[in-house]
Amino acid sequence: MQRISEFVVGLLFGLGLMLSGMTDPSKVIGFLDLFGQWDPSLAFVMGGAIAVAFFAFALAKKRTTNFLGGALHLPKSTQIDKRLVLGNVMFGAGWGLAGFCPGPALVSMAAGQDKALVFVLAMVFGMIVYELIQRRKTP
Amino acid sequence: MAIDWTHFTPWASLSGGVLLGVASALFILLNGRILGISGILGGLLPAKTGDASWRLTFLLGLFVSPLVMKVLAPTDFLHAPRIDADMAMVVVAGLLVGVGTRYGSGCTSGHGVCGLSRLSPRSMVATAAFMAAGFVTVFVLKHIV
Repeated sequence: MQRISEFVVGLLFGLGLMLSGMTDPSKVIGFLDLFGQWDPSLAFVMGGAIAVAFFAFALAKKRTTNFLGGALHLPKSTQIDKRLVLGNVMFGAGWGLAGFCPGPALVSMAAGQDKALVFVLAMVFGMIVYELIQRRKTP
Repeated sequence: MAIDWTHFTPWASLSGGVLLGVASALFILLNGRILGISGILGGLLPAKTGDASWRLTFLLGLFVSPLVMKVLAPTDFLHAPRIDADMAMVVVAGLLVGVGTRYGSGCTSGHGVCGLSRLSPRSMVATAAFMAAGFVTVFVLKHIV
């Protein structure tokens, strides 16, 4: 059951990304171009997603297990520090450069786009580099 | 600021967003997980023992979604995506997104959708930071360089 749910959730998420326009980098950049010809569509993506997910998390916070009986992994960290801000500034800069964030890049790669494949390879490489640096810091 | 009415797709984007919300809702309620793509992927590099299969099953679903979309949607429904960045820029962008999302513990899905939905102050700061950086980057690229 758990497995089926994971698969279906991945599928729904991918369909949502494509339907919303998030997999089109020119549309993402149109949204980020506040001072040019601004396309507000992606604000509707965020609004639609939060309008639904808000209630799910409100419900989850009141529970100790998920509805299939397993553990509920809600983030515990509340720390707002340099790494949170710096990391997200780096991410935002990369997002603005190419118009891809991780989900849409993976979906576009699966759809066979060569630039998305290159983006994902660079992203995975970046993640591995980060992992290696972390390990050297905390042996 | 001028609104780009020709590319504005409020209904498709809103319904796509609702789907993203439904997926995030199912994931926390049925699987007890935060639907954050960078975290799900990054946790595989390398995965801890017993922590890989749920990530892989999710990613498999994500990877077949373009195929399913092809079957469901008429051919002209989704216009072809356009990527203006050249290959060198795509590589730099990928590196920044890879390191940045791991360093900042999330991306548009984990911090943006899930974090804001659970009213996490940490994710609000994260979302403000990546949005601001995105706005500035595009401003510099489109109006200065």
